Amino acid sequence: MSKELMKGNEAIAEAAIRAGVEAYFGYPITPQTELLEWMSKRMPELGRAFVQAESEVAAINMVYGAACTGKRVMTTSSSPGISLMLEGLSYIAGTEVPVVIVDVMRGGPGLGNIAPSQGDYNQIVHGGGHGDYYPIVLAPSSIQEAIDLTAEAFELAEKYRGIVFILVDGSIGQMMEPVELPPMREPKKDIPEWAIGGGKGDEQRILTSFYLQPELEETINVRLLERRLEIEANEVRYKEFFVDDAEIVVIGFGTAGRVAYSAVRAARAEGIPVGLFRPVSLNPFPTAKIRDLADGAKSLLVVEMNSGQMLDDVRLAVSGETPVEFYGRMGGVVPFPDEILTEIRRMAGEPPKAALNGQARQQWLERMKLQGYGATENGNN
Amino acid sequence: MATTDPKLVYERPEALADVVTHYCPGCTHGTAHRLIAEVLDEMKLLDKSIGVASVGCSVFAYNYFNCDFVQAAHGRAPAMATGVKRVLPNQTVFTYQGDGDLASIGMGEIMHAAARGENITVIFINNAIYGMTGGQMAPTTLPGQKTTSSPLGRDVEMTGYPIRMAEILANMDGASYIVRRSLHDPAHIRKAKKAVRLAFEAQERGLGFSLVELLSNCPTNWGMTPEESLDWISDHMVPTYPLGDFKVSTELAKLKV
Repeated sequence: MSKELMKGNEAIAEAAIRAGVEAYFGYPITPQTELLEWMSKRMPELGRAFVQAESEVAAINMVYGAACTGKRVMTTSSSPGISLMLEGLSYIAGTEVPVVIVDVMRGGPGLGNIAPSQGDYNQIVHGGGHGDYYPIVLAPSSIQEAIDLTAEAFELAEKYRGIVFILVDGSIGQMMEPVELPPMREPKKDIPEWAIGGGKGDEQRILTSFYLQPELEETINVRLLERRLEIEANEVRYKEFFVDDAEIVVIGFGTAGRVAYSAVRAARAEGIPVGLFRPVSLNPFPTAKIRDLADGAKSLLVVEMNSGQMLDDVRLAVSGETPVEFYGRMGGVVPFPDEILTEIRRMAGEPPKAALNGQARQQWLERMKLQGYGATENGNN
Repeated sequence: MATTDPKLVYERPEALADVVTHYCPGCTHGTAHRLIAEVLDEMKLLDKSIGVASVGCSVFAYNYFNCDFVQAAHGRAPAMATGVKRVLPNQTVFTYQGDGDLASIGMGEIMHAAARGENITVIFINNAIYGMTGGQMAPTTLPGQKTTSSPLGRDVEMTGYPIRMAEILANMDGASYIVRRSLHDPAHIRKAKKAVRLAFEAQERGLGFSLVELLSNCPTNWGMTPEESLDWISDHMVPTYPLGDFKVSTELAKLKV
């Protein structure tokens, strides 16, 4: 099949349609809106369910209801909208029904802006809503990867009866790239035995997240935890580039990982032994792999478009043995490859010391202040 | 066989589960449940029905019906019902919601479900109080009514006025059947039954959103005997919440049940 030029949001929408999504419920929010718009045209013409809900709160609860029927369902939003969905997500997790959600992240906190950001890492990767649960979180760094992971997301959601997030930032949602879409597949016919549906003459099905007896709720918690451990054992995904002989390993996900790739290649051209590790599954986090990389490297550099949210998970994996440095941009600012290259050169010239571990964030902030950043509140600097 | 016994005039509907109730003595939830169950039996809807329980005392509604059920977050039952109905349009989908759930935290969801003309049926239990959490003021609490969060009586200067949901929802073009009934005595219960039937008839005919508001009691949190609480419905609630048909689609008006 030949490649076509597609916008990220529209490509993800079409990928979901071709994966057999039967119901979509959403609400407009930039930089995600084209996804909803694509669905508003395509879903009805295929005879599938589409509702533009009155709010993200309603959208996620429509998703919740539709997911209880065992059909493939999804919603999409951007950071502030995802915040509104967290209540519903917790119920979905507690009820153990499969759902796919796309978060096209934007700058925050608050209303923030509509520029690309990775500020939702903690909220999404570490659960988000109330109670004990963890979603699967997949972070593509290109539109093609987003397409491929969207199809995979439905499989994973059904396999583990849980929530799968596609976590991208606004730049992946908004940019256009040549992509290849998978062939159209018909919605699945087999309805899981746990699904509600009536009319099948089956036993009564009750789907709830309400367990008044603590001992019973604990049993559910144990089941969710066991599933999480199974996911951690089987579903870790990552990409690595030039890491075999790397003394410095850069770690970044999504767009930050992609920008870092350019910096790593430029540094390699200068003879610096640097590699790139790009986690694709943020949950399950590639903890063991990062520990291995840390053992073989002299230092690590975490690059993110936030204040170092994944940095904390990397430091947990490394456990203080290897120096971990950080470079980030926040508020919707995307780093240039040159900014990361400067960091790599600095670390190659003067290797960081493990004794300073734990201060990576403070040191980065000091360096950023020296370089100058940001704008005045009334205009650009 | 029981059904051939000529003396048998009253039995448990097939749709109603044979379980011990968790509702307080004298509570009209049991009455409302029975009316729904009778209608599901009469219309032979049990096998294709999906209930959506809400949050409040009726959170356990799913324990009392022999059909599939899902349990919604507080106020979100109409959204969840929308999700179910849109992918299973041939199933019968109903929500069962109290006044705190529907008229306070779930105001957005109920209004838009009605505006969209979602082909679902809503049974709305209005007892002017939050029962499950122990008797706090609801949006439907009467002026002057004492609750645990309006201990001196609802002061309308501070807390506003009761919301008449049936009247509001009747203005929605997407609604096909919006009525208010009461459960305070047998005559009114019979009228309520007919209304529940018509609400499900509306859904089966694809006429759009239907809702029956049922004035109900809460003897425990009102601090009354069951009998006193039924009198309180007729003496105090009915004047504030007039019984009647606020919207009946033409097709439904012609229907004899």
